[in-house]
Amino acid sequence: MNPGSDLQAEGGHGAVPTRDVPTGTEAGSSPRDWPLWEVFVRAKRGLSHLHVGSLHAPDAAMALRNARDVYTRRSEGVSIWVVPATAVVASSPDEKDAFFDPAADKAYRHPTFYDIPDEVQHL
Amino acid sequence: MVAMTQEQEFQELVDADQRIEPRDWMPEAYRKTLIRQIAQHAHSEIIGMQPEGNWITRAPSLRRKAILMAKVQDEAGHGLYLYSAAETLGVGRDELLDLLHAGRQKYSSIFNYPTVTWADMGAIGWLVDGAAIVNQVPITRCSYGPYARAMVRICKEESFHQRQGFEILHTLSHGTPAQHEMAQDAVNRWWWPSLMMFGPPDDQSPNSAQSMAWKIKRFSNDELRQKFVDMTVPQAEVLGLTLPDPEIRWDEAAGNYAFGDIDWTEFFEVLKGNGPCNAARMEHRVRAHVEGSWVREAATSYAEKTAARVQEGAA
Repeated sequence: MNPGSDLQAEGGHGAVPTRDVPTGTEAGSSPRDWPLWEVFVRAKRGLSHLHVGSLHAPDAAMALRNARDVYTRRSEGVSIWVVPATAVVASSPDEKDAFFDPAADKAYRHPTFYDIPDEVQHL
Repeated sequence: MVAMTQEQEFQELVDADQRIEPRDWMPEAYRKTLIRQIAQHAHSEIIGMQPEGNWITRAPSLRRKAILMAKVQDEAGHGLYLYSAAETLGVGRDELLDLLHAGRQKYSSIFNYPTVTWADMGAIGWLVDGAAIVNQVPITRCSYGPYARAMVRICKEESFHQRQGFEILHTLSHGTPAQHEMAQDAVNRWWWPSLMMFGPPDDQSPNSAQSMAWKIKRFSNDELRQKFVDMTVPQAEVLGLTLPDPEIRWDEAAGNYAFGDIDWTEFFEVLKGNGPCNAARMEHRVRAHVEGSWVREAATSYAEKTAARVQEGAA
């Protein structure tokens, strides 16, 4: 086998092997790591906090400091929230259709639903 | 209408250029491909701190030192964005680090070359980060949302990396004859390894079809390499430096720059672990991890004690 046959420029900074590379350990995801925190950043006053990513930290104070260093090195924010990842409750992707169905057949909730004579202004 | 299988629904989203998000159903092979790719990308970022960290104490001015520290800090940040993207696929960061330390997952072999002069900081920024940008920009449109979003942040920051490298080389190239020579020497050493960063030629690396269909990979190794050459040749002229390939010439018919054959034997040697710095990089990485364990333990212990105290106070 040509040694190049399983190499792709996947490493971001260059080619890495793609064959026989394990994608997990036998141990599985044992929580040796610190807890995971989701990070939300307010880019500037007047905007809401937006999710930017996550990080590991032993406690909330360290999570905030790490979030500052990881996600706002270039003045990307004026305020940060960190939330324990385990505290996030999410809708299920499997129930996506059923869950959002009620909105699908109510086009009358949108202003464009209504026929207004062309000559009417400011409406 | 015939009900679609989960796999068909998944592929339909991908084909429509929609993004796959962490809790969506995805083929197991897609998940594994992404874990492997994102993890090895993350490892490359943090190992990539070493060749440049080597010059922080010896940067020629305070300005250059501050810039280099910011750049090395960015590489750590890039690693963290990527590990957190990998974790959305259900693997632990600690697991991935274990696999790196055991040598079972790899990092890009470009970081197994030594940085012997200050001009190497310029050449790495200009060529290595330049090649990384060409490689990474298409991944900002990768089908997996968290990876694509991490790559948007990374690409913005890589642009600083490349420009500061170009500036270092430009300054040296237009300095004293000795400085010019140092810049030329660095470019001579980093040019071919940078071309090798894109991986073996397409006819020798046929395994990317699936990644293309999944829109994880968007361009072939050769396409990316050509893009990089076309971008870089005119920049070398502005630098006043020569690329060490006498066969580089504008190919009117092809509408791009032709360049010489790459010597892949060196690449495979470095990849096999016989590069100048393979052992040193891994040894340093493992030592930093082991020697840093007391910090992690102390922080964990402090967090536990503080939490216990809060509970006592509440009781």
